[in-house]
Amino acid sequence: MIHVALHDGADLDGFRAAVRRLIAAGARPEEVVFASGSLFAAAPETDAPAVMLPRRVADLVRLVTCHRDPERYALLYALIWRMHSGEKHLLDVASDPLVYRLQRLAKSVRRDLHKMHAFVRFRRIETPDGERFIAWFEPENFILEATADFFITRFRSMDWAILTPIGRMRWDRTRLSYGPPASRDEAPVADPFEDGWRGYYESTFNPARVNLAATRAEMPKKYWKNLPEAAAIPEMIRNAPARVKEMIQREATRPAHRKPEKALAAMADQTPNSLDALNRIIASAPPMVEGGTRAVLGEGPLGAAIAFVGEQPGDQEDLAGRPFVGPAGQVFDKALEKAGIDRAGVYVTNAVKHFKYVQRGKRRLHQRPTAGEVKHYRWWLKAELDFVGPRVIVAMGATAVLALTGKALPVTSNRGETRFDNRAGYITVHPSHLLRLPDEAAKRREWDAFVADMRRIREIA
Amino acid sequence: MDPRLAAKLRILADAAKYDASCASSGAPKRSGGAKGLGSTSGMGICHAYTPDGRCVSLLKILLTNWCLYDCAYCVNRRSSNTPRARFSVEEVVTLTLEFYKRNYIEGLFLSSGVAKSPDATMEDLLRVARTLRRDHGFAGYIHLKAIPEASPWLVEQAGRWADRLSINLELPSEASLKTLAPEKSAPAIAGAMDQMRERIDEAKAEKLRFAPAGQSTQVIVGADATTDEGVLRASARLYGSYRLRRVYYSAFSPIPEPSSVLPVKPPPLRRENRLYQADWLLRFYGFSVDEIAAGGEGGMLDLDADPKLAWALKHRAAFPVDINRAPREMLLRIPGLGVKAVNRAIAARRHTRLRLADLARLTPSLKRALPFIVAADHRAPGLDRLDLRRHLVKPPEQLTLFP
Repeated sequence: MIHVALHDGADLDGFRAAVRRLIAAGARPEEVVFASGSLFAAAPETDAPAVMLPRRVADLVRLVTCHRDPERYALLYALIWRMHSGEKHLLDVASDPLVYRLQRLAKSVRRDLHKMHAFVRFRRIETPDGERFIAWFEPENFILEATADFFITRFRSMDWAILTPIGRMRWDRTRLSYGPPASRDEAPVADPFEDGWRGYYESTFNPARVNLAATRAEMPKKYWKNLPEAAAIPEMIRNAPARVKEMIQREATRPAHRKPEKALAAMADQTPNSLDALNRIIASAPPMVEGGTRAVLGEGPLGAAIAFVGEQPGDQEDLAGRPFVGPAGQVFDKALEKAGIDRAGVYVTNAVKHFKYVQRGKRRLHQRPTAGEVKHYRWWLKAELDFVGPRVIVAMGATAVLALTGKALPVTSNRGETRFDNRAGYITVHPSHLLRLPDEAAKRREWDAFVADMRRIREIA
Repeated sequence: MDPRLAAKLRILADAAKYDASCASSGAPKRSGGAKGLGSTSGMGICHAYTPDGRCVSLLKILLTNWCLYDCAYCVNRRSSNTPRARFSVEEVVTLTLEFYKRNYIEGLFLSSGVAKSPDATMEDLLRVARTLRRDHGFAGYIHLKAIPEASPWLVEQAGRWADRLSINLELPSEASLKTLAPEKSAPAIAGAMDQMRERIDEAKAEKLRFAPAGQSTQVIVGADATTDEGVLRASARLYGSYRLRRVYYSAFSPIPEPSSVLPVKPPPLRRENRLYQADWLLRFYGFSVDEIAAGGEGGMLDLDADPKLAWALKHRAAFPVDINRAPREMLLRIPGLGVKAVNRAIAARRHTRLRLADLARLTPSLKRALPFIVAADHRAPGLDRLDLRRHLVKPPEQLTLFP
């Protein structure tokens, strides 16, 4: 017989080292006796070679070592031995009695972990260094260390401690430390929010649906003594039948004849009733793109014959708070002038109302809005154009086309007259396109085409 | 805690409890980090259970139960004499943070009566979510109720702060909605659901954050004459057209301050239970509404047998199914075998021939499966018995409201 002495609790390191020694020595499971809680547990060092195990086994070992069952190490070693001796797929055979037994142990540890995540209740105390949160909890298995990550991730900015009969852990906002077993009287006895919580718990309960069996299946009675809300359960159950009887026996009460005509009418009429009202909403809404310091609103008279829709404000537009005032805006102005269109008489706006950019050093680099972002803004664009009521809507560039049609249509093959919903429309390039062309000949050609578009637009408007 | 705040909390929690949803699952893994507070892991956590067996995961409250709508099934309708209260944005933020820090909850489920206008209400809901996320670095779960009549741009913004959005369908047919909820409109609800579906899909494609845990809805069962089949058809449509994550069924429950147009008697709670089972069959077991309906009578599910057993009893020609050979979709049709048990059986049978003793370790409800399966040492006994149903179905017990 080979005796393996292990520390009390979940001695994962000790067990791992023992497995390496035992496998190296070819020790069969029936020759090994594991003794937990030994004062003379060996240090986990060993020279024996590592035992390669699939990750699923390692996960199973980590869970099952936390269990209180004294047979846990022997069962795990039997599994490892069999897998090491050729039964590589043993874990897939959930119907195997050994696998079944180990999976049940793992399941009960997982459940215990889950319940600790759920049922720990912190109480707050004031200290000279600020607030601290302390909880008393009684886990069923040796799971204190295994829950540390969960509580640190969730409450990283808090100073907290969890006290249990198997040990304690404390997080001071930067470091985790473990300590000896604690007793209940070390934990605070009250918390200012507990009454409110109990009140919430009582109110969210529906007395017409009492089902204590279901409650106890998920929240076993052994946890009740450490749950402040559970103290209310007996009375809630006692009062439930009377409360339901009262609800059912009470005649349908005569409804208070509340028909606040004015309020109902006002409620139904909430859509903004003018372009100014809509603009106020747009201006006060947070940007739906990265960057975007302020909303750049459309500009031009109501009832304008032509409405131009661009992509989004650029750096200059964002600074000035007006559409089409940057380099592309200047190209646009020149083309309008050439075509004999008075900019003051047309409506100019953008599909996206905020400047989307990333900061690179001192420069704010324009980012093209995604289809989703364009659609976020389309409600506003639509409402805006309905107020202006132009005869022709001009989409300049792919983003405007997407906003007005909902579809990603290529500009070049759709350039020219079209319809947007029930209005005459026109698709052309965005003026910034003219700024990006590499050679003079192309620039000339595209400029002429753009001006020709503007002339055509003037004719159909 | 301030007693006035505690009193409001009682009123506004009581007013919110008829919403069945309390799930906190489906959010991406994230945490508030060194300055913020909270985390989500994809799996929800139930922090407590009330004596009705329901889980308390989120702080489920209304911002206000003042409401201009007059929906007959709702305790908060404008003509009801229920006590009223209203939280400020800051009060909800404080309650959420303080409850969260004590590990009472996973996050917030905030809904509201429609007080001034749908837009004003939606803006208040938004403000709570934005304050929690932006000013307090709150990384816990947030479920917001979307007000379908609110302007579309507000619903768009809500998705940026919330993990889940939901709009309650409440009644499965447009006609019932008209009689029982005169201010609501079915097209408005459908329009808002459609808008949210589109945004959720696009955000996923662009890796943006928009209601990452999807949308859900609730249907009240037993307040109108719709059959189970009708309810399930409505659900199938919602899952299909709007890709809802969940449809919750809420057996119409007696409420304080009942309206006179409602039925006096609530439907048996088991009806709700059967609908959930049928819903599961729709989503995870490859059943169609027609097949589920065929297990019952006249469009209603069999209250005494779960819908899978009810279907199997009426379609015995499809059985027995050989555990060691049958394809996955047939294993899923065996009464008593869940998805997990089926997956385990498929993995195990690659390495061994399954016998009854093996199966008993794969599922806790083998007894129900026995007449329908073939195993290495077992061959479906009594599949042709006339009294098979009586043999498998527990005699109906008197369901009572007072346990």
